[in-house]
Amino acid sequence: MKPAPFEYVAPHSVEEALAALQQSIPDARILAGGQSLMPLLNLRLTKPKILIDLNGISGLEGIRETAEGLSIGAMTRQRRVERDSVRERCPILAEAIRHIGHVAIRHRGTIGGSLVHADPAAELPAVALALDAKFEVARDGIDRTIPAEEFFIDYLTTALAPDEILREIVFPIVRPSSGYALEEVTRRHGDFAIAGVVAIVELDDAGKIVDARLALFGVAPTAVRARKAERALIGREPNADAMLDAAALVEDFLDPPGDIHASSAYRKHVAAVLTARVLKRAVQVCRDRRL
Amino acid sequence: MASTSTGFIGRSVKPDKSSRFITGNGMYVSDVRLPNMLHATLLRSMHAHARIRAVDVKEALRLDGIVGVWTGREIEGRISAFPESFEIHPARWLEGVKPVLQGPRPTALAQGKVHYVGEPVAIVVAEDRPKAEDAADAIVVEYEGLPVVVDPEESLQARATLVHKGSNNNVVFSFSIEKGNVDGALGAAPHTLRERFRHHRYCAAPLEGRGVVAWVEPKTNILTVWSSTQMPHLVRRQIAAQLNLPEETVRVIAPDIGGGFGPKVFVYPEEILVPFLALQLGRPVKWIEDRSEHFISTAHGRDQLHDVECAFDEEGHILAFRDRFLLDNGAYNPMGLTDAYNTAAHLQGPYKIPNFSVTGTCVSTNKVPNAPYRGAGRPEAVFVMERLIDIIAARLGLDPVAVRRRNFVQPEEMPYHAGILYRDGEPICYDSGNYPETLTQALETAGYNELRKRQQELREQGRYLGIGIGCYVEGTGVGSFEGAQVRIDPSGQLIIATGATGHGQGHETVFAQIAADLWGVTLDKVSLVAGDTASIAFGCGTFGSRSTVNVGSAIYGASARLKEKVLRLAAHLLEANPDDLELGEGKVSIRGLPQRALSFSELARAAVPGWASKLPEGLEPGLEATFYFVPRTVTWANAAHLAVIEVEIDTGIIKLLDYVVAHDAGRLINPLLVDGQIHGGVAQGIGAALYEEIAYDQNGQLLSGSFVNYLLPGAMEVPNIKTLHLESPSPLNPLGVKGLGEGGAIAPPAAIANALADALVPFAPRVNEIPLTPDRVLQLLTRKEVNVEAGTV
Amino acid sequence: MMSSKRTIEITVNEKRYEGLVEPRLSLADFLRDQLGLTGTHLGCEQGVCGSCTILFNGETVRSCLLLAVQANGATILTVEGLAAKAKNGDPLHPIQQGFLEKLGFQCGFCTPGFLMTLYEFLNENPSPSEDEIRERLSGNLCRCTGYQNIVAAVLWAAERLGQSRIDNGNYFAP
Repeated sequence: MKPAPFEYVAPHSVEEALAALQQSIPDARILAGGQSLMPLLNLRLTKPKILIDLNGISGLEGIRETAEGLSIGAMTRQRRVERDSVRERCPILAEAIRHIGHVAIRHRGTIGGSLVHADPAAELPAVALALDAKFEVARDGIDRTIPAEEFFIDYLTTALAPDEILREIVFPIVRPSSGYALEEVTRRHGDFAIAGVVAIVELDDAGKIVDARLALFGVAPTAVRARKAERALIGREPNADAMLDAAALVEDFLDPPGDIHASSAYRKHVAAVLTARVLKRAVQVCRDRRL
Repeated sequence: MASTSTGFIGRSVKPDKSSRFITGNGMYVSDVRLPNMLHATLLRSMHAHARIRAVDVKEALRLDGIVGVWTGREIEGRISAFPESFEIHPARWLEGVKPVLQGPRPTALAQGKVHYVGEPVAIVVAEDRPKAEDAADAIVVEYEGLPVVVDPEESLQARATLVHKGSNNNVVFSFSIEKGNVDGALGAAPHTLRERFRHHRYCAAPLEGRGVVAWVEPKTNILTVWSSTQMPHLVRRQIAAQLNLPEETVRVIAPDIGGGFGPKVFVYPEEILVPFLALQLGRPVKWIEDRSEHFISTAHGRDQLHDVECAFDEEGHILAFRDRFLLDNGAYNPMGLTDAYNTAAHLQGPYKIPNFSVTGTCVSTNKVPNAPYRGAGRPEAVFVMERLIDIIAARLGLDPVAVRRRNFVQPEEMPYHAGILYRDGEPICYDSGNYPETLTQALETAGYNELRKRQQELREQGRYLGIGIGCYVEGTGVGSFEGAQVRIDPSGQLIIATGATGHGQGHETVFAQIAADLWGVTLDKVSLVAGDTASIAFGCGTFGSRSTVNVGSAIYGASARLKEKVLRLAAHLLEANPDDLELGEGKVSIRGLPQRALSFSELARAAVPGWASKLPEGLEPGLEATFYFVPRTVTWANAAHLAVIEVEIDTGIIKLLDYVVAHDAGRLINPLLVDGQIHGGVAQGIGAALYEEIAYDQNGQLLSGSFVNYLLPGAMEVPNIKTLHLESPSPLNPLGVKGLGEGGAIAPPAAIANALADALVPFAPRVNEIPLTPDRVLQLLTRKEVNVEAGTV
Repeated sequence: MMSSKRTIEITVNEKRYEGLVEPRLSLADFLRDQLGLTGTHLGCEQGVCGSCTILFNGETVRSCLLLAVQANGATILTVEGLAAKAKNGDPLHPIQQGFLEKLGFQCGFCTPGFLMTLYEFLNENPSPSEDEIRERLSGNLCRCTGYQNIVAAVLWAAERLGQSRIDNGNYFAP
């Protein structure tokens, strides 16, 4: 389990990285935290000729508070976000990160790396979807913004072009009138999810649901929003019936893949179970925050 | 014999002798670094069953740093084949059981045909490991795919694909044993049942895989081999035999071993190939198994399918039991009938079963070879019998504890003859133990009666608590032998040499405790040399819960011999009668005259040959004695495990709330180490019950080939385990000890499966196979639930 | 394809080293094969088992998932340097001593990774609960102990460190 040989490039700026990338498409791969790529290299499941290491680019790391929310540099370590005081502004992000692997993994693993890897069972893509995060992408000096909804294309595939680098991700803040929660089922603590749901719920002064977002992971080729279930929740009292209806709609629309950890039928059922659970918790958080 | 006991036996002596492991100074095979060393890697079959049409190594040989590639063709006629199995069959067992033994003989590299994904096809040597892997990548093998058989039942069909050329069917080993009249009892009984149980395939997965380093001293041609093996003497014998070398020129060292648990008990292709290459190339060669290789090259375990018939009366007494089971061998079974016959020998468990018959059949499939893993056939047997007891209880509306109690062998019936032969050819005889008391202790510690009440209360709230029991007996300390050499060196140190190498059991501590007590010295005066064929002529190895019994008894025997010599020498030098001498604190003195004493060091320096000798006439030089302990038969340990679980009914997740082990392994040498063995065994059993599974698809491709898919339990998955010890001394060895290394792993699948069936009584589930994944648990339910109540677990 | 070797400078256990490495060489292999620090073990080479855990610029990482070239200029602590972190003239760090007192190890293969994980953990959380300990341990696999005695070892070490802080001020004063 030793990687095939490669050349190693360690640029100091995004511009240098883009230039290196430009020269070596399609033989290059970008190395971020390496917690997913390094195993693939060790297993020789990927054999790039050139590895472009972003770890030396200080400009890609950091957390900024903006009017819109939190702007997080793509190379910001997961552990840093988990422990940073700004987590108060986007608590669901910190909660999701605590489910990623283990501390030593999160020390190296980056926010951007996890999003670009786009593992359908990972937590961060679902959080990005639920929050309608924006992906700031750099290409040859011209930046563009990709909304989360358009970012995740397919299994391990994003809208990022081969010559683009993710610069930062903007996570809109969860409004104080909103509640949030994440529920997942894993085989063991710290494993990728068999199924998981992120919920964000906003209640009006009358206590009715005015906004609901459900992002599921582990149950489709990418993380997915359960739009139909979300719509069905709007305007309703956040009671058991509403939550069970949403769960039923989630179960209806999913056709998850099966693997050795769980069958398609199990994932479908558990996604519904988790939907009901996560809504209940999100509503509770919402009420607690409004007090 | 005069000696004073310093009383180390029975104490929780801390593992200070193993402190190298906490400072990074352990010495594992992968840590062996020699000048000018080359590195090997294997090209393994990607096909489960295929003919090899051609192997093209041209590209590989052009690469930088490559030394060479060897395929089946290059070794043909130079490395002889492996035996059908490494198992030794005592004549009395062969006569009594008359088994079918027709295993195929594996070769070190595939000869024209591959039989499983992972079978070695070529070995590549380069200047470093990455370069060796580059070259392996560049080899082109042309395969012609053959039909694949992965299901053991299909493998038995008349028109099944034959896994091995030249065989008539896929049965490689089989046997039948019977006592009483099973047919008659089944026909006449008031109640009968039939069940099918599957105990799936999983594996030992030690954190250190296998590894081999071989080096030939160029002037003497002495071959030294370091291997991560449980059996250094066996490895030496095979290297000598298969490479046609005088055994004296081969030394095998098992250095620190990062876990064994069974699959390192026999000899693998790499253990022959790497020494062969070192001899060919005149340079040291190293091969370290990586984790990807581990899952497709190191033997898996278990994988049995049982069809059981059972007769019982109104009270739940078992009247007859019949089991016909299949063991899925994979492509080879290097340990023959070890597992299958162990299953048969342990199926009766602690119960009296008057009519009993078992047929075990090992069949070939296109999978990784199957071999012993901690428990070696016993967890499978216990899963069958303990589930059966609970099914009988459920049928009769009885408490499963009551059914156990009614069937137990009673303490006053000891020694109890179980009516069949053990693997060593001796009739099975439970030598000591109090099975009802073992269970009582487990129940009391768990608070069984309160748990039953709590279960009822929770059930009314829609929560599912389950209590499961797993009782077993275990034949421990199996032969055929183990030796110890006890030597007093000129500094006065006691050196114990044995062939049984440790891999975490704490041999250095336990054997020192035994020797220190026998000799009346402190622990620092005892050193252990283990796992080096140069240190003792014969060795068996560490497996089968045997080392404390066999090595401990050998230390006892060798010490007795050596003490006699030491006292004769001291008597001569002190001009005293040997009967007036006493031994202790590292010296021999005249009783009542402590100033008239000789230290072990002085005695050792007197016991030399030649001009400095002070030996009396007729006493041979050297203060050393060797004793090979040959146990008459196994000594029977027993235990009761109790698992308390809660099932989250909407997700199927099982949470272990409590786990109790009441355990009787005779006299305990070191309770701290004993508890460590039990904890670790139970953790592995929990893995088997809930998490671990070797899965293949229908093409024989492994689906669980990494730690991402093969799930070892972590610290959040294993609860604290409450251990209780009973001590029924063994009458079969001088220390009164029984074995315990495997025990912890034997009962958890049974106890946890019973707990699940107990928790889900309202659904009347058939919990007849493991692992109990959340998915499988939900499949057992007659209705599925979604509700807004947050998970109760 | 040949890839060009690079020179790296690295401080391991307070000693400076220089090495010439291929880009594909992992930090774990560099420590083991070039520096001879074989206490860092490889159990899976894909970041799951945790046996290769070391401290990299003060934080635990999987050394199998870092390239040696990435460690240029880094400060590293491995199990071989742990005893030197003991204070008050103790020959072993309290977490090492805890492993001896409570039999926190058996075969020893996973042990260095656990020790490094726990060294960091006790710095962050000097008086942890059992649940917190187990949660942190969950990133390291052990096949021998069933974890129970490792948990006991951590509790022992935490108590020892607490005592030491009372006696001598902060054990981990920077």
